[in-house]
Amino acid sequence: MSWLTEFVRPKIRTLLGRREVPENLWVQCPACQQMMFHTELEKALRVCTHCGHHMRVTAQQRLAWTFDGGVFTRIELPKAPADPLRFRDSKRYPDRLREAREKTQLDDAVLVAHGAIGGRRAVVAVMAFEFIGGSMGAAVGEGIVAAARLAVLQDAPLVVFTASGGARMQEGAISLMQMPRTVIASRLVKEAGLPFVTVLTDPTTGGVTASFTMLGDIQIAEPGAEIGFAGARVIEQTVREKLPEGFQRAEYLLAHGILDMVVRRGEMNATLGRLIGLLRVKETEAA
Amino acid sequence: MRHFLDFEKPIAELEGKIEELRRMSEADGINIADEVARLTDKADRQLRATYARLTPWQKAQVARHPDRPKAGDYLRALITEFTPLAGDRAFADDAAVLGGIGRFRGRSVVVLGTEKGSDTDSRVAHNFGMARPEGYRKARRLIELAGRFGLPVLSFVDTSGAFPGIEAEARGQAEAIARSIEACLEAPVPVVATIIGEGGSGGAIALAAGDAVLMLEHAIYSVISPEGCAAILWKDQAQAPAAAEALKLTAEDLKRLRLIDGVIGEPLGGAHRDPAMAMDAVGEAVQTALSPLLGLDGTSLVARRREKFLAMGRDALA
Ligand SMILES: [Zn+2]
Repeated sequence: MSWLTEFVRPKIRTLLGRREVPENLWVQCPACQQMMFHTELEKALRVCTHCGHHMRVTAQQRLAWTFDGGVFTRIELPKAPADPLRFRDSKRYPDRLREAREKTQLDDAVLVAHGAIGGRRAVVAVMAFEFIGGSMGAAVGEGIVAAARLAVLQDAPLVVFTASGGARMQEGAISLMQMPRTVIASRLVKEAGLPFVTVLTDPTTGGVTASFTMLGDIQIAEPGAEIGFAGARVIEQTVREKLPEGFQRAEYLLAHGILDMVVRRGEMNATLGRLIGLLRVKETEAA
Repeated sequence: MRHFLDFEKPIAELEGKIEELRRMSEADGINIADEVARLTDKADRQLRATYARLTPWQKAQVARHPDRPKAGDYLRALITEFTPLAGDRAFADDAAVLGGIGRFRGRSVVVLGTEKGSDTDSRVAHNFGMARPEGYRKARRLIELAGRFGLPVLSFVDTSGAFPGIEAEARGQAEAIARSIEACLEAPVPVVATIIGEGGSGGAIALAAGDAVLMLEHAIYSVISPEGCAAILWKDQAQAPAAAEALKLTAEDLKRLRLIDGVIGEPLGGAHRDPAMAMDAVGEAVQTALSPLLGLDGTSLVARRREKFLAMGRDALA
């Protein structure tokens, strides 16, 4: 398999240079409208220092915050079919892809890396909401499958941070087929006796939620994350009722038994490290 | 009363004329056989021409045709000793998902189907074929039952999608769908899924992650409805025909993309014109798909099924 050979020469992109931002730049919290210094916000992992609102973060930032000491090795992911349907709406799909790539410096909406969490080896896949809304097409599916195979190969747990607006409509039914494909990925990890942990971040909706995300041995969410299958607007139009307070938020799902826990960003690395340590009895004893 | 789709209007007019002539001839004893034959031939040719080049949007109309045979019709036509089984053992029985055991050509099978209903009352009773978590959990339970007793699973999918409701979300719609997909993929028995009408997104694939996925000629299978896609990408629901075209949701397109395994031809003018013939064709196709799977053990079936899904889309890799 061609992507396996990539492990031999992994691309090291640990701690890519942060974009230059003037230190005195102010940022407004979308939840409480309070202002914060950009640097202050970054130090707080983009969690509002006034109200605790968890702002969306880029996949690259997420990787740095998840691994011990911000050290990780990204792997090159298999290429996905380019515009298999020759899809065109107001824009051609290849143009949308090119624009997203230029804007984000990412190939598609998932990054995969390995490193240590709590001193133990771990593979982490992070979905990038900034890339076409984190929509799941063949590249994301391939990324999740590749992450699962890497976890099995390294005898390491797989942690997936999800963030998705739903399907990559421009890939039609190929996008739909990523649901069974990523479910298979979760099976590969579980069958190898490895923990499969999903961390749901804002927003996690549609086919991504209704496939591998809901098959975690442990399911965690960030505070306030929007999580669901159907979109809130679609539900409102269908049932013609006002949606309950906090509907489809992480805390609502926790209360309804769908998540194990809601964990603040600043505690994510420690929580993941503890969970992995508790679940991996064999490795713990050997260490 | 017969329902005619917009693009069937010229055919409907011809058929109306033929009807009228027949009535006149009965009443007046005039011999109009030649004229009837001429018009029948013309209607036939028109029907053939129309259905030979249906646009994807027209296919979506045919797939949703109110007279098209529904999952329950297939169960009645193809399954003997059908014994419905109810409930998810946790909350409720979901009438949008039919499920049970019965015999298909003499062989014990587990049967699943999403049922849209065929009149106002039954449509409401079956929630228009939109399943709630209980439906997918019932499906999963029955697929696991099939695995325990070595029974093949046959599913008949016809749904616009999973039900988008407050309670459905609260009870874990996403988890229920994920587990149902997993159950299909992990079943140590043959799973043959047939998209008989509408294959709407996650709500459809929950019952269709099988060894063989068949589609009727005019059925559609898509990650989103043409209307939904048009509303999001075109910001205009009226662009649904363009979205239907772009989504490549027809059986022919999906076969070409190797996302489904077979296309089942429909009677001239669509399954709604001759339901018995359509259901017969589906029975034949299911039997043909099932036969080679019967000799395989559970481990090989699961491995093959995984390989099939993992390979999807790879052909087109750069
Ligand atoms: Zn705030």
